[in-house]
Amino acid sequence: MSKIDNKIPAVPLAEKWSKHKESIKVVSPANKRKLDVIVVGTGLAGASAAASLAELGYNVHAFCYQDSPRRAHSISAQGGINAAKNYQNDNDSVFRLFFDTIKGGDYRSREANVYRLAEVSPNIIDQCVAQGVPFAREYGGTLANRSFGGVLVSRTFYARGQTGQQLLLGAYGALNRQVAKGSVKMYTRHEMLDVVIVDGKARGIIARDMVNGEVKRFGAHAVVVATGGYGNVFFLSTNAMGCNGSAVWQCYKKGAWFANPCFVQIHPTCIPVHGDQQSKLTLMSESLRNDGRVWVPKKKEDAEKLQKGEISPNDIPDEARDFYLERRYPSYGNLVPRDVASRAAKERCDAGFGVNNTGKAVYLDFKYSIERLGKDVIEARYGNLFQMYEKITDVDPYKEPMMIYPAIHYTMGGLWVDYNLMTNIPGLYAIGEANFSDHGANRLGASALMQGLADGYFVLPYTIGDYLANEIMTPKIDTSIPEFEEAEKSVTGRLEKLFNIKGTEPVDHFHKELGHIMWDYVGMSRNAEGLKTAVEKMKKLKKEFWANVLVPGEMSNVNPELEKAGRVADFIDIGILMAQDALDRKESCGGHFREESVTDEGEAKRDDEDFTYASCWEYKGEDAEPVLNKEDLEFENVALTQRSYK
Amino acid sequence: MADVILKKIYVKVWRQNNVRAKGRFETYEVENISQGSSFLEMLDILNDKLIREGKDPIAFDHDCREGICGTCSLYVNGRAHGPDRDITTCQLHMRKFNEGETITIEPWRAGAFPVIKDLMVDRTAFEKIQQAGGFVSVNTGGVPDGNAIPIGYEDAEEAMDAAACIGCGACVATCKNSSAMLFVAAKVSQLAKLPQGKVEGKRRAKAMVAKMDELGFGGCTNTGACELECPKGISISHIARLNREYLKAKFSD
Ligand SMILES: Cc1cc2nc3c(=O)[nH]c(=O)nc-3n(C[C@H](O)[C@H](O)[C@H](O)COP(=O)(O)OP(=O)(O)OC[C@H]3O[C@@H](n4cnc5c(N)ncnc54)[C@H](O)[C@@H]3O)c2cc1C
Ligand code: SF4
Ligand code: FES
Repeated sequence: MSKIDNKIPAVPLAEKWSKHKESIKVVSPANKRKLDVIVVGTGLAGASAAASLAELGYNVHAFCYQDSPRRAHSISAQGGINAAKNYQNDNDSVFRLFFDTIKGGDYRSREANVYRLAEVSPNIIDQCVAQGVPFAREYGGTLANRSFGGVLVSRTFYARGQTGQQLLLGAYGALNRQVAKGSVKMYTRHEMLDVVIVDGKARGIIARDMVNGEVKRFGAHAVVVATGGYGNVFFLSTNAMGCNGSAVWQCYKKGAWFANPCFVQIHPTCIPVHGDQQSKLTLMSESLRNDGRVWVPKKKEDAEKLQKGEISPNDIPDEARDFYLERRYPSYGNLVPRDVASRAAKERCDAGFGVNNTGKAVYLDFKYSIERLGKDVIEARYGNLFQMYEKITDVDPYKEPMMIYPAIHYTMGGLWVDYNLMTNIPGLYAIGEANFSDHGANRLGASALMQGLADGYFVLPYTIGDYLANEIMTPKIDTSIPEFEEAEKSVTGRLEKLFNIKGTEPVDHFHKELGHIMWDYVGMSRNAEGLKTAVEKMKKLKKEFWANVLVPGEMSNVNPELEKAGRVADFIDIGILMAQDALDRKESCGGHFREESVTDEGEAKRDDEDFTYASCWEYKGEDAEPVLNKEDLEFENVALTQRSYK
Repeated sequence: MADVILKKIYVKVWRQNNVRAKGRFETYEVENISQGSSFLEMLDILNDKLIREGKDPIAFDHDCREGICGTCSLYVNGRAHGPDRDITTCQLHMRKFNEGETITIEPWRAGAFPVIKDLMVDRTAFEKIQQAGGFVSVNTGGVPDGNAIPIGYEDAEEAMDAAACIGCGACVATCKNSSAMLFVAAKVSQLAKLPQGKVEGKRRAKAMVAKMDELGFGGCTNTGACELECPKGISISHIARLNREYLKAKFSD
């Protein structure tokens, strides 16, 4: 197999980005005006990119499925955003942020991309401050920081428990300014349903107007996909209800590689499932682990009594509590990375020490920090999260420990991109959670916001010029050509097909079923046999879906069930690919835990000999098996070691 | 967490097929709802039933289901976001309702928010107001270091209080004049509190208020209803700050 060209410049790590910028082409202002760029998705990544590209002079056409860019899923990020500012004088640096991210990702990301991310991270904070993002401040007026899991320095910037909201509103403001100027045309309540390829290049999209059902064509010189992650494959996750993998899947089916689909992040601190009527899970920010201590009872009898509701957690004295993270990982304690914390919780619950009536929960206790710092301090830090918790569970976390359990949260996998953030299809870019680039097999807390904004503000606006400089002679894309006509036809055909099945089960039935299969076999703990079973079950589910789904309503009106049907159809396919990828990767790494690959102490065991690559899956047709291409990961600046947080 | 089940409740819902169609109320029975379920989960269950019966499910807006995206927008039993304080509809739980109760659900009602279908409304007017000036005019790049301009703790906190607005529109739906003053004030006030935003403060206040008037929102008569129903506790003191900014702008004309 020929080596995959990832366009990483062959110069020392710290010089790569500046040398690359020097070498890439720039488009003149007069020519930028003639070039159209489509940006699908206006969350942090898409909004920042659309605004920055429009500021540069490109004609931008931006799309989102909500009624406003401000409602993108990025809005719900709570905890914060990392940046190597070293404002705390705690010996942070670009290299340390780079190193923490590489290590946190369990050595399955690219050195060059991660270094660049760390390098531009300080600019993000400056940019957001300039936009009026009200970050938390110290009394002296300087920016405040907190710590997040998997690191030993304090480099996380935050705006109460609403960091994603404030950053997104900043980018939304920048975007609105360009909309007002006419340089961005914003299409809200529009869902992308296909990407159009002409002579091997991405030249536009097909989208459905979600208000009147009209299927429309849009042409451009380049297409940027910023549609977020596919965590909703699992049905229950912390993602918003509309989050989907469909745009990514459409690109995959047109030839773009899907990289590391099996790398999913399971977040340790979510509100446990309450019953079978539940529609989504709510995250309790990781920042809570700064001040909360995680425990379960030492004695099984206590756990059983707690499960039956016979005693309350406050009845259990300190000596009878097992602070298992502090016990197993003394140097990081409650702040171990997410994958480690999640598995440790599952281990205790599987062993019978879990709490809640389901036995599937552990405690996160603030009693100790309230004693140490006072209730006021805790309230100032986490007030809104505590309120959210109480509204959902009816339990007051100031008085009783929170109950938490791991849940699906983030997808590290996504469209394969090169150093320019371009997929293997010329002119098709992927940014934010939709690409696979920076987090390897596990993402550190507060790094997704950083990545989305790095991509959108500071990377894509440079790298896209290199491609568009060769497109200045290409006239406006004519959407009446056969390629567009065919793409539109196939989109309409699929919608009609879904609509006309008129089976007996609503879409959610299949989605829930898929979620169960994924959680049981492709969730926190995976093995070869289970993964094979999952593939079989999902293939069967796919058949049932296409034979028996029931989509009500009208095609040419608001129809959320029709939208969901399309997404769930894609989720089933994505689930199958995830299981296949997990099957191929026989090692344990980051969020991907293979029961066959563990150390004597039961910790995840990586296999660098055989698996130091990114899996790049290539679509070969509806009935053919996909082909696996491998991008070898080269480490020149860090030594590969087994991760240890002990 | 004890799981109490509501054996039967009734929901009286506004049904309207599109913006031009005439709307009407319809009442449905819903059975076996856990009080631990959220209000929107109850609607999911009702919709599941309607779909299986071959009927058209109820359209409503929602996305994050955790009170931050501002998408959900239901008027429940005569109150924006329903019978609880400081929450959005998606954070409303069934434990607030009783066995056998009839729950009335309507869309936001305001001239500037036309109904799209059933309980979904068109809030594009909010977008236009933000586009008129809800930002600091800086381009990407070339900005000073984040710590170059100190911002006092209290100022940052006050700015954050205002910035917490989620753009849901409950203030408009609650106001008898359908005024968007609280929504506009939240943005103007956030940016007026920060040195970065102050620079164009006057222009912003004028432009946003003018746009609000143009789009058919009513004037503010200080009833304070908006503040009571705002899920994020945005205070009407921000309206006072908006008025100050606005007057400054008028005087300098
Ligand atoms: C509860 C929660 C808390 C989090 N907290 C943190 C945190 O503290 N720190 C951190 O760094 N990260 C956090 N994350 C992760 C982070 O929020 C996300 O990874 C990040 O915001 C993703 O941004 P994005 O721009 O890539 O995508 P999104 O914000 O998901 O935006 C996707 C966009 O694509 C659009 N879209 C999707 N599909 C289509 C389609 N087919 N057609 C048209 N438009 C489409 C949507 O409308 C939307 O505009 C958190 C995530 C969750 C779930
Ligand atoms: S001010 Fe309050 S009620 Fe009005 S839009 Fe903002 S959050 Fe909603
Ligand atoms: S659905 Fe997001 S605030 Fe209610």
